[in-house]
Amino acid sequence: MKAFSYERATSPAQAASIVASKPGARFLAGGTNLLDLMKLEIETPSHLVDVQDLKLDRIEKTDQGGLRIGALVSNTALASDETVRRDYGVLTRAIVAGASGQLRNKATTAGNLLQRTRCPYFYDTNQPCNKRKPGSGCAAIDGFSRQLAVVGTSDKCIATYPGDMAVALRVLDATVETVLPDGKVRTIPLADFHRLPGTTPERDNALEQGELITAVTLPAPIGGTHIYYKVRDRASYAFALVSVAAVLRPDGTGRVAFGGVAAKPWRVEAAEAALPQGAKAVADRAFADAKPTPDNAFKIMLAERTLAAVIDQAKG
Amino acid sequence: MEFNAPAGENLFDKAKIVGKSTPRIDGPLKTTGKAPYAYERHDVVAGQVYGYIVGAAIAKGRIVSMDTAAARKAPGVVGVISTLDHAKPLPPGMQNNAPLFGGAQVAHYHQAIACVIAETFEQARSAAALILTRYDRAPGAFDLARAAPDAPLAKGDGGKPDRATLGDFDKAFAAAPVKIDARYHTPDESHAMMEPFATIAAWEGEKLTVWTSNQMIAWAKKSLGTILGIAAENVRVDSPYVGGGFGGKLFIRADAVVAALAAKAVGRPVKIAMQRPLMINNATHRHATIQRVRIGAEQDGRITAIAHENWSGNLGGEDGENGTLQTPKLYAGANRLTANYIATLDLPEGNAMRAPGEASGHLALEVAMDELAEALGMDPIELRIRNEPETVPATPEMRFSSRNLVRCLREGADKFGWSRRSAEPGKMREGNWLIGMGVAAGYRGGPTATSGARVRLTGDGGMVVETDMTDIGTGTYTIIAQTAAETMGLPLEKVRVTLGDSAFPASAGSGGQWGAASSTAGVYAACLNLRRAIGQKLGFNGEDATFENGRIRTGAKSFALADAGTLSAEGEMTFGKFKSDYEVGTYAGHFCEVAVNVYTGETRVRRMLAVCDAGRILNPLSARSQVIGAMVMSVGAALMEDLAVDKRFGFFVNHDLAGYEVPVHADIPHQDVIFLDTTDAIVSPLKAKGVGELGICGPGAAVANAVYNATGIRVREYPLTLDKYLDKLPRYS
Repeated sequence: MKAFSYERATSPAQAASIVASKPGARFLAGGTNLLDLMKLEIETPSHLVDVQDLKLDRIEKTDQGGLRIGALVSNTALASDETVRRDYGVLTRAIVAGASGQLRNKATTAGNLLQRTRCPYFYDTNQPCNKRKPGSGCAAIDGFSRQLAVVGTSDKCIATYPGDMAVALRVLDATVETVLPDGKVRTIPLADFHRLPGTTPERDNALEQGELITAVTLPAPIGGTHIYYKVRDRASYAFALVSVAAVLRPDGTGRVAFGGVAAKPWRVEAAEAALPQGAKAVADRAFADAKPTPDNAFKIMLAERTLAAVIDQAKG
Repeated sequence: MEFNAPAGENLFDKAKIVGKSTPRIDGPLKTTGKAPYAYERHDVVAGQVYGYIVGAAIAKGRIVSMDTAAARKAPGVVGVISTLDHAKPLPPGMQNNAPLFGGAQVAHYHQAIACVIAETFEQARSAAALILTRYDRAPGAFDLARAAPDAPLAKGDGGKPDRATLGDFDKAFAAAPVKIDARYHTPDESHAMMEPFATIAAWEGEKLTVWTSNQMIAWAKKSLGTILGIAAENVRVDSPYVGGGFGGKLFIRADAVVAALAAKAVGRPVKIAMQRPLMINNATHRHATIQRVRIGAEQDGRITAIAHENWSGNLGGEDGENGTLQTPKLYAGANRLTANYIATLDLPEGNAMRAPGEASGHLALEVAMDELAEALGMDPIELRIRNEPETVPATPEMRFSSRNLVRCLREGADKFGWSRRSAEPGKMREGNWLIGMGVAAGYRGGPTATSGARVRLTGDGGMVVETDMTDIGTGTYTIIAQTAAETMGLPLEKVRVTLGDSAFPASAGSGGQWGAASSTAGVYAACLNLRRAIGQKLGFNGEDATFENGRIRTGAKSFALADAGTLSAEGEMTFGKFKSDYEVGTYAGHFCEVAVNVYTGETRVRRMLAVCDAGRILNPLSARSQVIGAMVMSVGAALMEDLAVDKRFGFFVNHDLAGYEVPVHADIPHQDVIFLDTTDAIVSPLKAKGVGELGICGPGAAVANAVYNATGIRVREYPLTLDKYLDKLPRYS
């Protein structure tokens, strides 16, 4: 871990302006991912701005009948919130499918969105990795890639976004609210929040330097049957091989997003429209442009079959 | 004393303490954090500083240069040692294929090349990242499948090529009316013990003390002497608590060597714990295997021909993973072949991991038996019983000391409800889950080795046992206390056990499932000497006296044990040649029920049962714990554990516990263990054998056979992850 300086911010705008003004500055919230990465010197911030005092830890109703989730609401608090459990069940189910109780107590809503990839080559600083060290190459593409992305990849990077919560947020059409260093606020649809790697895999998301997430908002509840199905190599405490977040209506229509397959929660609205025709019709469309490696090609069939299990489950 | 004839009736046959379920005597210390592990021994020596090992960034080649200037100037740094400080590698200790330190050559990924020593751990780690190393990378061999066809036979007994035959396998196999011929792959696996390698090293003049985590204290002492070029007498090794070893801590590794070198260099005690990635690529692992099993049988199931060939690889072409080890012992058959090949690979070093050889071997042989049963249209338990041998199959002149495998299988079948299994696979379904049951036999040797102890009366009615034996989480403290209490006629709480210090008499140590049988015999020998010494002191014949309830009765006389004051005796059990006429083994029937999701292929183990035949069980509570732990490890081997080899760069890619998945609680269902009420008089006066490795010999195959029974899909490449059979699952509706 590189030595760093540390301060605690007193307002979101102040936090944003400090991070924008200091090269190498980063926000610190729960620290469940950032501190690990700092120990390994995958992340080497020179300055940490701790945002834990910013009182962004409330869940409130919005005027539109939805929910506004503060950036610092813990995963545990969000998953156990009565309204979330009743009206946004897919979100609760996704959150409790991830990490452990201890980590969920510490991890925050905004931090979870910013979780970095778990690609093993990203984690080994001896190895080339375009996301960790731009221009150094990608060891994963021709290496051990079983866990990695099958769609939306580039010849620079095949990392996945590893989280579960964001996959549920994606089917719920969530929006990310931020404050910019100049104090202005902006909203980013979750669909546009995470970036595909393209030629700049080092950038995971649409945030600018210093831009601070203040909340995630959910539109009014959409009803339906909420399911999150996460498939992994062991029964708990592992990242998804494939996950499916779905909200399904009795007529067979609905929404679906896949986790563990891309650098972002993978939802293709045109594919989703095929839900009444079944899992294969959806998967064929959602993964039409997939470029899997020999190691991870199984994920496409697994995505289809997991969706089929979800559709079956929704029928009760 | 020498154990030179089968044990007759003795005090252990009427035992009140040995053989009773007894909570660990070290349990309260461990659950309250008062049992210090190596890295926590803050109080043993003052002025400790922290070392942080730097591992090589390449798999093979040469270090061209190393710039440590920035690291030396970093805050808190008190010194840096470099492998280039040594013109050539330090000599290897026991079972070190690659040097642990020294010289410019890199033999494997994450081999220790430097160590930064600083006032705090964080300072050492931070400074370690400032070291700039340039390498000249050399090509290496990293692919077992590619290397195997040209691999030579490994060195077997007496250095002879490791190939054995009986009768004429080829002819019998050709003539057999029913036969199977299958290849199996088992991956490289990590011990993944909780406690990493960790050492505090301190010098006092020429004398070195290491507080470390090690299974074999006498070997450690000797090896450190060899590696560091000092007399072994000048080395003290202390390892009272070991947070898991599984064979990984049988031999000295880089933590101890580098800590000793670093402590010398900075003139202060140095403590080092290996970071998790180094646990996987710096230290040792279980080698991957490729195994071919051919079995031919008559229509009635009698095996006429059996061949088991095994390929693995290792650095320098040294010892590999010999999956054939159980095959000469388990099943009858007049025509036999076993052969063990070893390829030279440049991956990190393979070495012993819990039941080396057999753990992997059962994953092949016991699935092959399942395949043969299906080919015969026979129940797999009946097939095994049909082939139960009279004497050791591959060496028919050898007798079994005691063998109750048939009972294990039959009683297990009853208990498990085997009759409910569908012989035809893929026929049992509950909702979206395909249900299957599997069985496997298990064999592992029951060896013994010389073991010594010192026992002391404390004068207040209590006693102390001192031996360099280790407790690697197995429950050794407790069985030693039970043995001493039984022999000296004391209540358990009057016995204090101190372990793991090389200043104590040398024991057999913990490994190869020999620890329990050997160390208790050694303690028994020492106690008998103590009884004699007490008799001399108090004027009676110690051999004839009765020691009971803290008192000694001899004829009309009676003494309190405290009357003997403080007395000390040493003793050692050696094991005589007569044992070599016998095959001393442990046996088990392993059963498993799984559910496989018809959509996703996820496998959930639903029930497990092991029925074990291992002689007298010294402490059923801790023995059960050993067996269920091994069953968990078997589930890992069957379903998820796999060190992923990067065949370009030559290292294990998933080198942390997020990437290398072992079973979690949610993966493990209720596990049952039944111990047969048997004794084995050939083993030791206690007639007891170990079980810690028996528990990992077979359950993985039972899982695999259950998956087959559930799905009708045979996967011969471990672990059985869903990607290997997803495309063969039934089409969903």
